Amino acid sequence: MTLAVVPPQNSEPVFYLVDEHEHPEGASTMLGFWIYLMSDCLIFAMLFATFGVLGGNYAAGPAPKDLFDLPLVAVNTSMLLLSSITYGFAMLAMEKSRVGAMQAWLVVTGLFGLAFISIELFEFAHMIHEGATPQRSAFLSSFFTLVGTHGLHVTFGLVWLVTLMVQIARFGLIEANRRRLMCLSMFWHFLDVVWIGVFTFVYLMGMLR
Amino acid sequence: MFDTSSLAKAIFGRLTLESLPLHEPIVVGTFIVVALGGIALLSAITYFRLWFYLWREWFTTVDHKRIGIMYMVLGIVMLLRGFADAMMMRLQQAIAFGGSEGYLNAHHYDQVFTAHGVIMIFFVAMPLVTGLMNYVVPLQIGARDVSFPFLNNFSFWMTVGGAVLVMLSLFVGEFARTGWLAYPPLSNIGYSPDVGVDYYIWGLQVAGVGTTLSGINLICTIVKLRAPGMTMMRMPVFTWTSLCTNVLIVASFPVLTAVLALLALDRYVGTNFFTNDFGGSPMMYVNLIWIWGHPEVYILVLPAFGIFSEVTSTFSGKRLFGYTSMVYATVVITILSYLVWLHHFFTMGSGASVNSFFGITTMIISIPTGAKMFNWLFTMYRGRIRYELPMMWTVAFMLTFVIGGMTGVLLAVPPADFVLHNSLFLVAHFHNVIIGGVVFGAFAGIAYWFPKAFGFRLDPFWGKLSFWFWVVGFYFAFMPLYVLGLMGVTRRLRVFDDPSLQIWFVIAGIGAFLIFLGIIAFLVQIAVSILKREALKDVTGDPWNARTLEWATSSPPPAYNFAFTPVVHDNDAWWDMKRRGYQRPLAGFKPIHMPSNTGTGVILAALSTAMAFGLIWYIWWLAAVSFIALLAVAIGHTFNYHRDYHIPADEVVRVEDARTHLVAAGAKS
Repeated sequence: MTLAVVPPQNSEPVFYLVDEHEHPEGASTMLGFWIYLMSDCLIFAMLFATFGVLGGNYAAGPAPKDLFDLPLVAVNTSMLLLSSITYGFAMLAMEKSRVGAMQAWLVVTGLFGLAFISIELFEFAHMIHEGATPQRSAFLSSFFTLVGTHGLHVTFGLVWLVTLMVQIARFGLIEANRRRLMCLSMFWHFLDVVWIGVFTFVYLMGMLR
Repeated sequence: MFDTSSLAKAIFGRLTLESLPLHEPIVVGTFIVVALGGIALLSAITYFRLWFYLWREWFTTVDHKRIGIMYMVLGIVMLLRGFADAMMMRLQQAIAFGGSEGYLNAHHYDQVFTAHGVIMIFFVAMPLVTGLMNYVVPLQIGARDVSFPFLNNFSFWMTVGGAVLVMLSLFVGEFARTGWLAYPPLSNIGYSPDVGVDYYIWGLQVAGVGTTLSGINLICTIVKLRAPGMTMMRMPVFTWTSLCTNVLIVASFPVLTAVLALLALDRYVGTNFFTNDFGGSPMMYVNLIWIWGHPEVYILVLPAFGIFSEVTSTFSGKRLFGYTSMVYATVVITILSYLVWLHHFFTMGSGASVNSFFGITTMIISIPTGAKMFNWLFTMYRGRIRYELPMMWTVAFMLTFVIGGMTGVLLAVPPADFVLHNSLFLVAHFHNVIIGGVVFGAFAGIAYWFPKAFGFRLDPFWGKLSFWFWVVGFYFAFMPLYVLGLMGVTRRLRVFDDPSLQIWFVIAGIGAFLIFLGIIAFLVQIAVSILKREALKDVTGDPWNARTLEWATSSPPPAYNFAFTPVVHDNDAWWDMKRRGYQRPLAGFKPIHMPSNTGTGVILAALSTAMAFGLIWYIWWLAAVSFIALLAVAIGHTFNYHRDYHIPADEVVRVEDARTHLVAAGAKS
C-alpha cells in the first residue's frame, strides 16, 4: 500500500478557517437545558414508577378516597396552569422588549406559583394532621415524595424567578437575560406538564382505585 | 464536653470522640501514614510557594485539558486507596482458614469490600474515563473548549467532594458495611443505624451531580462544537463512544439520584419505600438501582472501546475497519444496556418469562460487542502493526475481554445464574471485564495521549514492566476465583472452613501482589518519564503518526487548542491533512475568544461537601448554613455576566512562533 498517490483535487483543499470561527455565546445553552430537563424528567419518571408500584400499598391506612379533596386539587391545578399562561404573556412582552409589562406578568406568574405552593402545603398539613403522614404507608411515602418533589421544583422556580426579575431590573433585557428567561420558561412549562401527570395519575386515578 | 448533653448534640450532632476509630490499629496506622504523606505534600506545596499557582492555574481553571488532567490525577490517587482495600481482602481470604479469623474483624472487613467497590467504580473508573473524554474530545472535534467550561470545573470539584467524603469515612466514623450497592433492608436505618450508609449516600449524591452535569456538557460539546465539515459519521470513534457514554450518563445517573434520595428518606424521615413493613418493597430498590447500574458498566466500557479503536487504527497504520458498523454497534449497545438490568437478580423470583426476556437481551448484547472485536481484528489484519505500549494493552484487552464476555454470556443463562448468583464466579466475571476492558483501556489511553498532554512520551521500559505485571497478575488473581465460584464459594466471605479451598485464595493473593507491582511500575514509569523528559521529548505534536485531529496541534496544546479552526474533509481528518500536504499556517493570527477562570466551582463543591458532612452526622446547623451559602453563592455567580476574555493576537503569534522554532529545532537535531 502506498500513500504517495494524492487524488487529483480540483482546487487547493481548505484545511482551516482563516477567520475566527465564533460560536455565539450561549449557543449550546438551550440544548443543554433541554437535556437537563430530560434528566430531571427521569427523576420524576422514577418517582412515578415508585408510586405506580407502591401506590396501592395502604398498609391498612388511609387510601386516596379518604384523603384527596378533588375540588381543592382542581383549584390548585388551575393556579399552576394559569401561571404557565401568564409566563407565556411575559415571554410575548419580552419579544416586544416591553420590560414593564414583562415584569408585571412575571409578578403575576410568581403569585400564581406562590398560591399553588400554599395550597399544596395546606393540603399536606391537613393530611398530616389527620394522621396520613409520609411514614404511615408506602402509598403515602410515594405520594408525599412525588408531589413534594414537584413542589420543591416549583419553589426553586420561584427563587429563580425573583433572581431573574432583579437581574432584568438591573441589567435590562440583554441577550443573556433573554436566554435565562427562555430557560426558566421551559422549566416552568415542564413543571406544568409534570403536574398534569401528577393530577391525572395520582389524584384522578387514585380516586378510582 | 463530648458527652451526650444536648448542647454537644446540637453542635456536633452524633459526632463524638468515640466516632474516631482509635480502637482499630490498622485504621490508626493508615491514618498516620496518610497524615504524614498529606503533611509532607502540603508543606512541599507551601515550601515551593505553589498554592497561588495551583489555585490560579489549576483549581479555578475552566480549560478542559487541565480539568481532564486533574480527573486523571484523582483517579490514580483513588486507585491506590481502592487497591489497598483489594490487597487487604486478598490477604484476609488467603489466611482465614482452619479456624483462623484472619486479621480483619467482620466490622472492618465489611467496610473494606464496600469501600473497594464504591471507590473503584465511582472514584477510579469514572474519573479516569471522564478525564480522558474531557481531555480528548474537544481536541478531536477541533473545538476550543467544552460547551459549558464553568460547569466542567464545577463537575470536577463535585466529584472530588464525593471522593473526600468517602475518604473521610475511613478516619471519621465508618463506611457502609452493605456491599457497594447498599441493598435494603440491610442499608435501612434499623439494620445500619450508624453513619456508614449515610457517607455512602451523600458521597455518591455529591459526586453524582458532577457526573450528570459533565454528561450534559459533553453531549452539547459534541453536538454543537464540531469543526466545520465534521459530520456525525466523520467523528472519530472515541468521540462517538464518548457521545454514547454521556447519553447513558444523562439517562441513568438521575435514576441513581432518585433511588438514593428515596433511601435517604427512608433513613432520615422514616418513610417506607424499601422497608419490609407498611407496604415497602426492598426489591423495588434493587430494580431501580440496577436500572442505573447496568448502563453504568457501559458508561465505563464504551470510552474504553473508543480508545482501543483509536489505538488499533493508529498502530496498525490503517483506517479503522468497519467504521460504520462500529458506530452502529456502539449505538445498539447504548440502547440495549437499558433492557438487561434484571439479569443482576434473576433469583428475585420474577418468573420464567421475565427471566427469559432479560436473559435473551443480555445475550444479544454480545453481538454488537463481537462485531467490534472483529472490526479491531480486521483493522490489524495486514496492518503494519507497531507494538508500542498502547497497542500492547489493546491486544491484552482483546484476549482478556473475550474471556470475560463469554463468562458473561454464561451468567446470562438464568438456570446457570441460579447456581452462580453472588458466587466468586460472578466476582471473577465482572473483574474480568472491568479490569480487562476499562482498566486496560485507561492505561492504553494514558500511554497513548500522555505525549499529547505533556509533550513527552512515557518511558517504555517501565510501562512494559507495568503491563506484564498487570496482565499476568490479573490472570493469577481472577482465574482462581472462577474455579472457586464454580465450586460454590459465595462472595464477601471473611473466613472459610474447607481447607482445600485455601490454595486458590493463595494463588489469587499472589496475583493481587503482581498487580501491586504493576501499579508501582506504573508510578515509577511516570516518575522516570518526568526525569527523562528531555530524551522522551516530542516536538512534532504527532509522535505516533496518528490519524485524528488532536494530533494536529502542538503537545501540549496551547490554551486555545487550535490557532485556526480546522476544516474536516474525511474520517481520520489529521491523516487526510498529512496525506494531502497540509502546511501549518504561520501568519494571520487573530485574537481568540476564551472563557475566564473562576473559583466558584471550588466554593460550591466545598459547600456541598460541608452540607453532606452535616447531613451525615446530623449536624443540622452545618447542613442548613451550607445550604443557604450554596444558594447565595450560586445566585451570586449568576450576577457575573463577564465570563470570557480574548487572547490577544500578539499572544497567539508568540505561542505559535515558539512552536515553529521548536519544530524547526526538532527537525534539525
